[in-house]
Amino acid sequence: MMLSIKQQPFRAAVLVLVWGWLLFLVLAPNMLVVGASVMTRDPSTFIALPLNLDAYRQLFNPLYLEVFLHSLYMAAITTLVCLLIGYPFAWALSRVDKRQQMLLIFLLIVPFWTNSLVRTYALKLILATNGLLNSALISLGVLDEPAQLLYTEGAVIVGLVYLLLPFMILPLYSVFEDLRDDVLLASHDLGAGRFATFKNVIVPLTLPGVLAGVMLVLLPAMGLFFVPDILGGSRNLLVGNVIKNQFLDARNWPFGAAASIVLTLTMALLMFAHRLSKRRLGEEGA
Amino acid sequence: MRWLSRSYLALVYLLLYVPIVVLIVFSFNDSRTGYNWGGFSLRWYESLFNNHAMVQAMWNSLWLALTAATVSTCIGALTALALHRYRFRGKKVLNGMLFVVMMSPEIVLAISLLGLFLLLGLKLGYVSLLLAHVTFCLPFVVITVMARLSGFDERLPEAARDLGASDFTMTRTVLIPVIMPALMAGWLLGFTLSMDDVVVSTFVSGPSYEILPLRIYSMVRVGLKPEVNALGTLLLVFSLVMLMLSQWILSRSKQ
Repeated sequence: MMLSIKQQPFRAAVLVLVWGWLLFLVLAPNMLVVGASVMTRDPSTFIALPLNLDAYRQLFNPLYLEVFLHSLYMAAITTLVCLLIGYPFAWALSRVDKRQQMLLIFLLIVPFWTNSLVRTYALKLILATNGLLNSALISLGVLDEPAQLLYTEGAVIVGLVYLLLPFMILPLYSVFEDLRDDVLLASHDLGAGRFATFKNVIVPLTLPGVLAGVMLVLLPAMGLFFVPDILGGSRNLLVGNVIKNQFLDARNWPFGAAASIVLTLTMALLMFAHRLSKRRLGEEGA
Repeated sequence: MRWLSRSYLALVYLLLYVPIVVLIVFSFNDSRTGYNWGGFSLRWYESLFNNHAMVQAMWNSLWLALTAATVSTCIGALTALALHRYRFRGKKVLNGMLFVVMMSPEIVLAISLLGLFLLLGLKLGYVSLLLAHVTFCLPFVVITVMARLSGFDERLPEAARDLGASDFTMTRTVLIPVIMPALMAGWLLGFTLSMDDVVVSTFVSGPSYEILPLRIYSMVRVGLKPEVNALGTLLLVFSLVMLMLSQWILSRSKQ
């Protein structure tokens, strides 16, 4: 199969096209971001020399640090809520018989194919001061007057959980699918109780799924800037909002680039943890 | 126990679908305030289609999604074929770059592309949107096609070559028909991703080419706009049809 370029013009053309696209639109832009993060802000050309680490230093400015920590906090809560809802959900889903499972998974990915802005907007209808939830709570006698639900930290978290829950459930579902009944049975036969089985067998075996889910939820939960824009008001910003404002409004590219590099490094760290957990499982299981 | 897990599943599905149902119901609501039921009406659909800028944005989005899905399917299929069949230097790097596109936060992709386009002096509009959308759709097409190729009898292309077919002829007459269902599924996924994208488009679009998600974005940021309910319902029906189509294509090809 290994022939020279002359004998295989088609092969050469394919490779040139594919490499060209990825080098030009993936590698080059990413290098550019890394470069921009160590340069100086310039009003006309966006970035200029000299090289320095001011942008990274600026990340530790108390004002931004607070936004970052708050964003990280909201993302962490979002991930935790997704995990708490998604873990038992995926487990239950994997126990349903196969035919129904197909339908249930279809129902799970329908929202994923639906415009996320529109779904976020639908939450606004429910959470608004004179929205459906408040009206329902008042007519049930739970509340006397409408509560402020919209433009709160809680609203942003609800929005993020709503958009990202399927991304937690799907990887969890796939590890629960691989969890064989005989492993659980063996654990039981060896005298382990329900809790011991859960702690020593189920949790370690599903850990790669948990980490994959965390990865797929935690990072978007810091980047989806339209959720706080629609549900959160001006005080509940995500890292994504900061990056967007710095790039599009303040025109401070070095700072925006530095912020996104921090985001990317977080992702790399999570991916590393995911790899590690899989490898450990592979060794133990072999 | 079984009863408990069933009701738990039902509860989560209920929570996932309540907002969607609310949206659909309210799209037929005659009331202007948007919170109370004021009788059945199609007025929001009417005002949607009388809104010239909205209809234009709809066409722009459809055209962008059509072209982006088509281009990314072509390049994605070729990439998958190259990864599957050829041995070449830097294969791991290529794989790695696709992985990076898929896993890196959308907003990072968005700013990196914006930076590239501005430095090159490319005017933000249809072309920049197309390049960006093709790039984020690409890995999904590659994965779909690779999955199809991995369960494929290697002797078929060998046989075609032994019978004297050139590489190009063999790809056209043997490989393309085999990966056709994956191509269609990948195309549909790309189309939907493109129609739905807000994050990347916010950065790389310009005033000359307004697309639907950005139009919706500017509408929902301030207050409630009942037209959005109508538009959302239409988009929902549209994506449902696309999703069922793609499931049907994939399930039929397995038989």
